[in-house]
Amino acid sequence: MSGRPLTHWRHRLAERGVDRQLWLLAPALIFVVALFLYPFFYGLTLSFQPTDGGPFSDYARFFSDAYERDTIWITLRIALPAALLNVLAAVPIAYRMRGRFRGKRLVTTLLVVPITLGTVLTAQGLLNFLGPTGWFNRILLSTNLVDEPVRLTHNYWGVFFSLVITGFPFAFLLVLSYLSGIDPTLERAAATLGADWRRRFTRITLPLLMPGLATTFCLTFVLAFSVFPSAVLVGNPAGETRVISLAAYQAAYEQYDYPYASAIAMIMGFVELVIIALVLGARSRFYTGSTGGKG
Amino acid sequence: MSAFSQLRLHGVSRRFGGQDALTDLDLTIEAGEFIALLGPSGCGKSTALNCLAGLLPLTAGSIWQDERRIDTLPPERRGFGMVFQSYALFPHLTVRANIAFGLRMRRLPKEETRRRTEEAVRLVRLEDHVDKLPGQLSGGQQQRVAIARAVVFEPSLVLMDEPLSNLDAKLRLEMRTEIRRLHQSLGLTTVYVTHDQEEALSLADRLVVLRKGRVQQIGSPREMHTRPANWHVADFMGYRNLWRGRVEQLDGSRATVESSGHRLLGEAMGDLQDRAEVVVAVRPEDVRVDGPGETRNAMSATIEVVEYQGRELAAEARTDAGQLLHLRTEQRIAPGDQVKLAIDPGRLLVYPADAERTTEDRSDRLTDSAGAPR
Repeated sequence: MSGRPLTHWRHRLAERGVDRQLWLLAPALIFVVALFLYPFFYGLTLSFQPTDGGPFSDYARFFSDAYERDTIWITLRIALPAALLNVLAAVPIAYRMRGRFRGKRLVTTLLVVPITLGTVLTAQGLLNFLGPTGWFNRILLSTNLVDEPVRLTHNYWGVFFSLVITGFPFAFLLVLSYLSGIDPTLERAAATLGADWRRRFTRITLPLLMPGLATTFCLTFVLAFSVFPSAVLVGNPAGETRVISLAAYQAAYEQYDYPYASAIAMIMGFVELVIIALVLGARSRFYTGSTGGKG
Repeated sequence: MSAFSQLRLHGVSRRFGGQDALTDLDLTIEAGEFIALLGPSGCGKSTALNCLAGLLPLTAGSIWQDERRIDTLPPERRGFGMVFQSYALFPHLTVRANIAFGLRMRRLPKEETRRRTEEAVRLVRLEDHVDKLPGQLSGGQQQRVAIARAVVFEPSLVLMDEPLSNLDAKLRLEMRTEIRRLHQSLGLTTVYVTHDQEEALSLADRLVVLRKGRVQQIGSPREMHTRPANWHVADFMGYRNLWRGRVEQLDGSRATVESSGHRLLGEAMGDLQDRAEVVVAVRPEDVRVDGPGETRNAMSATIEVVEYQGRELAAEARTDAGQLLHLRTEQRIAPGDQVKLAIDPGRLLVYPADAERTTEDRSDRLTDSAGAPR
């Protein structure tokens, strides 16, 4: 008799998906708690414990100093266009590459290779190629298109190119998988109903792809917003590419002011959240249900 | 789009990487006709439909709409409506917007688009669902949206690719009537692809039976049903009893055949030679149980398996000579019963056996003299 209530509870729990397989989540949970939640809350508390002043004085200090405050705009000015360009450039390429054709694997590999390079190698390449004495400028000079080298490194453009090179493969892979999740019969149906390719794309494929593009934008934006190495290596870290992560770095490792660095990190996270919330808010206005494809 | 009086397919062929999916399809479709393309899967019927729709380019041949060549036009400029097997409704558009899509693409005035959409909605009886998304509809309702969307712009030709195959049996019968009713009331010209012979027979004015990409027979449902052109078509039209045999005697259109220990008298279909190898085809419903006084093609047999099918019973029997036989009867029979069977010689069709039969993928449908499937 005593066994019955126990089995009863087990059934009730199993109906809600609670069973012993839940233990499989344990390693992931430990990782999340130890490597994300704990450091996050540690940083959050630290940011309210400045070396002097009230709990919010480090936040006030950041926003009252124009040199610090501007890092938000500097970072957004690099990250938003870079993320947007990555997504927009990925769409036509992925659109052309969905479906099967000979050599698809080779082309996909070439497009994805930059992921494996890492930021430093990309920066090195950019300096050699786009620098004042790089091939790009030498070609421009020798063809008399310009009189003096175009400055494309150690400024805004260097960081921008670096973000596009490293961010595009992510955007491309994501967009490709979202696109192959859309049933190709839908476009064929639209064709028999009289839609040319332009209207097939704008009326059918694009609306169905929009939620995926929004998600892709968020992910590439987050990658771009935390830009750090390329801002130093191919940017102008003292001026127009003094991004917010650089400000945090300087606070932590040049001034050894950990509470202030934490406050900057929190502000950085908040700005990202605002942008993502805006994009996801817009995303929810699109159809986000099944699109019938194999994805 | 402008209506036509004739649509002609000349030697339409399509290859996929060295494989012939469709070979030399010649077909003339008259305005107002309901044509069914019928065949087992992989016979090329969907390929033919996609070629007509413009979704697949031809490898050879041409398609003419009266005097205008259309096989080089992209699908959006052919003006044919198409109903897809998966319905292919636009998931992000409401039922109304789905149906109106074809009219919008033709940039018709707003008022006319609205009026014709409402008309089409009424036609398929979806008035209560116009503002829903396709995902909120049942399979039958989705099917009706797909049909309304394909006919709303009054296409000169409607193409249907196995539109009923995703529905349950009851709904399939209902939609079948619905499709025929729409075809008649709108005066549509329809090409309908199916692998279901019953569906094709009940819907179409004319049937095209395909096998391995080649046309086997074109004809009316009655012709198909009573006089299939060869044993493959017979197989597909429900002649479940297919036996190998050899011609014993020829007498005009009558042939006497020796098959699995039986001497059978039947109708010679096609060119038969004395001692030629043949295939004998009989429908289960043409096998009579204990027919009074019938002595021709009589055989005694033992009932082995009985399936209850409402008014009728479908049964498998084994003749005393060992031949397995399918029959349908209204009489009460049970496994183990000894019965006398008879077949009207007019309903026993004798076809030449084709040369390719040893490599034939459907040769397992033929039974040899031992009665065991080969």
